[in-house]
Amino acid sequence: MTRISVKVDGTTYEDEVEPRLLLVHYLRDRLGLTGTPVGCDTSNCGACTVDLDGESVKSCSVLAVQADGCAVTTVQGLSTDGEWTGLQRAFHERHALQCGYCTPGMLMAARDLLKENPRPTADEVRHALEGNLCRCTGYQNIVRAVLAAASDEEVRA
Amino acid sequence: MIPPAFDYVRPRTVEEAVRALADGGEDAKVLAGGQSLLPLMRLRMAFPQLLVDTGRIPGLRGSRMEGDTLVVGAMTTHHDVLRDALVRRHAGLLAAATATVADPAVRHRGTLGGSLAHADPAADLPAVVLALEGELVAVGPRGRRAIPARDFFTDYLETALAPDELLVEVRLPSTDGWGFHYEKFQRVAQAYAIVGVAALVRRDNGSIAEARVGLTNMGSTPLRAPTAEEALAGAGDAAAVKRAAGEAAEGTRPSRDTSASPEYRAHLARVLTGRAVLAAAGMG
Repeated sequence: MTRISVKVDGTTYEDEVEPRLLLVHYLRDRLGLTGTPVGCDTSNCGACTVDLDGESVKSCSVLAVQADGCAVTTVQGLSTDGEWTGLQRAFHERHALQCGYCTPGMLMAARDLLKENPRPTADEVRHALEGNLCRCTGYQNIVRAVLAAASDEEVRA
Repeated sequence: MIPPAFDYVRPRTVEEAVRALADGGEDAKVLAGGQSLLPLMRLRMAFPQLLVDTGRIPGLRGSRMEGDTLVVGAMTTHHDVLRDALVRRHAGLLAAATATVADPAVRHRGTLGGSLAHADPAADLPAVVLALEGELVAVGPRGRRAIPARDFFTDYLETALAPDELLVEVRLPSTDGWGFHYEKFQRVAQAYAIVGVAALVRRDNGSIAEARVGLTNMGSTPLRAPTAEEALAGAGDAAAVKRAAGEAAEGTRPSRDTSASPEYRAHLARVLTGRAVLAAAGMG
């Protein structure tokens, strides 16, 4: 067992973990933060995307021990006092989901894009989301929502 | 899927890492960004007993110039490679190919050194470093040594690195002023290349003075296309480039898998070499 200290959505947790514990399982099974789903389990789908020290990562491809000393933001840490971010509101308003399973990963990947490129083109949005699969194939509204969030200063993520 | 159990250490220096690797023997494995290794372990296709996490060793990230040679730290992430001003100027081909690796989240974790040491012939960067005629610097219990890229990739997922050696940096002679292009053919976004071609071109008076062609996924290791390179020297127009590109699959033995037959891969190598060289030469 290895001792880790990880800040998740603003709260610091100290835990003993097996080195083989994946970050996504740590978040879900240990901390109960089930907002981050396991999608494909093969690093392809991006549903489990979280922010690790300011960068989007697939939490199924990171060990919990690798997050020791780091700050993690999950989809559950985006809102403040129940108030959605502009990006979340844009997803809601543009109906950027069908079954919703990919939504947490889409939000985290889109948030990462908008931090680096606040005014992306539709093509740039599609490239930035290439590691996130929507099995309902609801990409049109997802791209529209990201563009809407980017174009509106008020709703910007 | 849960990986098999293993021990984990996170050394603070290269020396500590090398000692841990030496102690662990054949059952120890370096964990760089983990974007190839961890999925393989989850699929139970790799069973290391010890992971040596080199991700936080200071000094293994970033780039610097030593004379005309660009030196990139092995733990530099793909994301950082893409944004590195020295890389873009002196090894533009590396930046161009890195932009096609996987997706943004994977590029945040995956590292240049990790990709090279993993030596997947379908990965993009091995053929690029081969075309750039780079050197890979390893540190082990017997000291430090530089391995030319042409000697580094020995077989499918096999390299010249000893189990107790750590890849610390990649040295790339500057190709500032050369034209470059990486042409990748993939089934869907984010997939591995069915075939990829890395092209570097030095032009003189409108003609190609010198061309280098690196091939991704045309054999068990990344390859150069020497017959095509020779034929490209002196090519002055698109027709001559396409003729020379017809030699790109000479001497290769590409594999057969669910995506492509060897014959189809050879066809792709010829077509993509034509496209890559034309783009690199600004003739496209």
